[in-house]
Amino acid sequence: MIVHQLSVFLENKSGRLTEVLETLGKENIKITALSVADTSEFGILRMIVTDPEKAKNILKEKSFTVNLTDVLSIITPNEARFYAKALKILSDLDISIEYTYAFSIGEKSVIILRTNNTEMAIKALQEHEMELLKASDLYKI
Amino acid sequence: MEIWNGHFECMNRDKLREVQSERLRDTIERVYFNVPFYRRKMQQLGLGPESIQTIDDINKLPFTTKDDLRDNYPFGLFAVPMSEIVRLHASSGTTGKPTVVGYSRRDIGTWSEVMARTLTAAGATRHDFIHVAYGYGLFTGGLGLHYGGEKIGASVIPVSGGNTKRQLQLMQDFGSTVLACTPSYALFLAEAIEESGIRRSDLKLRVGVFGAEPWTENMRKEIEEKLQIKAIDIYGLSEIIGPGVASECLFQQGLHINEDHFYPEIIDPKTLEVLPPGKTGELVFTTITKEGLPLIRYRTRDLTRLNYDQCNCGRTLVRMEKCLGRSDDMLIIRGVNVFPSQIESVLLEMSEIKPHYLLVIDRVNNLDELEIQVEVEEQFFQDKIGQLMSLKQKIQNNLESSLGIAVKVTLVEPKTIERSEGKAKRVIDKRKF
Repeated sequence: MIVHQLSVFLENKSGRLTEVLETLGKENIKITALSVADTSEFGILRMIVTDPEKAKNILKEKSFTVNLTDVLSIITPNEARFYAKALKILSDLDISIEYTYAFSIGEKSVIILRTNNTEMAIKALQEHEMELLKASDLYKI
Repeated sequence: MEIWNGHFECMNRDKLREVQSERLRDTIERVYFNVPFYRRKMQQLGLGPESIQTIDDINKLPFTTKDDLRDNYPFGLFAVPMSEIVRLHASSGTTGKPTVVGYSRRDIGTWSEVMARTLTAAGATRHDFIHVAYGYGLFTGGLGLHYGGEKIGASVIPVSGGNTKRQLQLMQDFGSTVLACTPSYALFLAEAIEESGIRRSDLKLRVGVFGAEPWTENMRKEIEEKLQIKAIDIYGLSEIIGPGVASECLFQQGLHINEDHFYPEIIDPKTLEVLPPGKTGELVFTTITKEGLPLIRYRTRDLTRLNYDQCNCGRTLVRMEKCLGRSDDMLIIRGVNVFPSQIESVLLEMSEIKPHYLLVIDRVNNLDELEIQVEVEEQFFQDKIGQLMSLKQKIQNNLESSLGIAVKVTLVEPKTIERSEGKAKRVIDKRKF
């Protein structure tokens, strides 16, 4: 149930994000979800992509600093209370959220979570009957 | 451990002073009669050739600076007719006209001799393959190493700088054992070797002779670890002869100066007073055997100190400490003296970052700002902002406590800082004075 998210270190220079996307596009890598965490000087680009291992190598060749990070993904009805429920399950167990991002399609929401204990988080969410997404399911969205 | 010329390199120091005195007298006579610039300067001080009898009289003589060379561009300070000059070299001239140096046939011989000493001190012999990746051309690095290598009978590979792929290919195919290049290019090659997947066992490198730019002890450690070689510091400047002025032996405890050719002094760069042995100051050289371009008390701008204790290798030649920086590399930031080498030492002590950095100095609202751009090591990169911010803070704290001024650290992507294949450009000063 662990999803490998692709993280890229980006300097705050115009054109860098474009370069990443174009590079991946050329190699026919599809991006399911994307978010950017930024400071005034640099940003971290986080993406769920098809074939993260290949994407990592392609970007490495282009001299980007890249890493794969374990995250998890759940799918819920498109209502805030379900997002809240998931977060509460984790906080009740003292699992902290390092970051999260989400998007919705139609009646459903997809939530990506990075916690300090991925294994434990998955177990807890499953016990509370939250629906987890496999990497392969995510790419189909 | 071999010594190329035991007679001079291990000479009794009293005897050496006699040799130096005799050679200085001879040099002064030649410049007085053949170089109008020196004659005028000596006359202004009421000096004639007879005023200089022993090496101790040297402090009566005037200093020579790089500006004097520029003012007499191109050949004004030469002491022999051009028909006697067999070679010309010139410095890069980044800050004005280039400085031109001329060699007589005997000077080329002297240069080969001191380079043979340098390479022998680094453990090289006729059985070695010397990979010369210093630039060939007007720059003295390439040809200096080349002539010295041939003199000791080694197989010299004049590959010159650049074209890293070919460098690695030849290094493997020819079995290079001695690498000669700038220390920053050595690091660049080390990275290239890592990336190319060449195994260390495919290379026969044993020792490197590195110079032409200042480098720190930490950088030495890094080169020695990455390339698994002994890294020897060599020193020289084209005005004096090129590489071969001084070099370390395998004990790596300071650089032996070839004092029978180049007489060193240490002065206070402000008062110009000669400092006692052991004190740090600006290195000054008088060439005492050169014919083409003899220089009297030439101010190198390099900061170091001299150690007259005898070395374990048996050489009696004085040793200079690794150069701490140049008196004109020194940056004055908000009134505080800062040497790029200090910054480098701090950065190299941190494993999380690469030894690649760039200093950008600017004046914002009448206040100097020092920005240090450093590359983030890939192994360390995690996708948490907090972690990167704390790394940045750690670098900043380390630098501030070492330099004593506030700095701004910027983390940059790997490979964004230009890699040098010659001398590293690590400082951009945007201030306008």
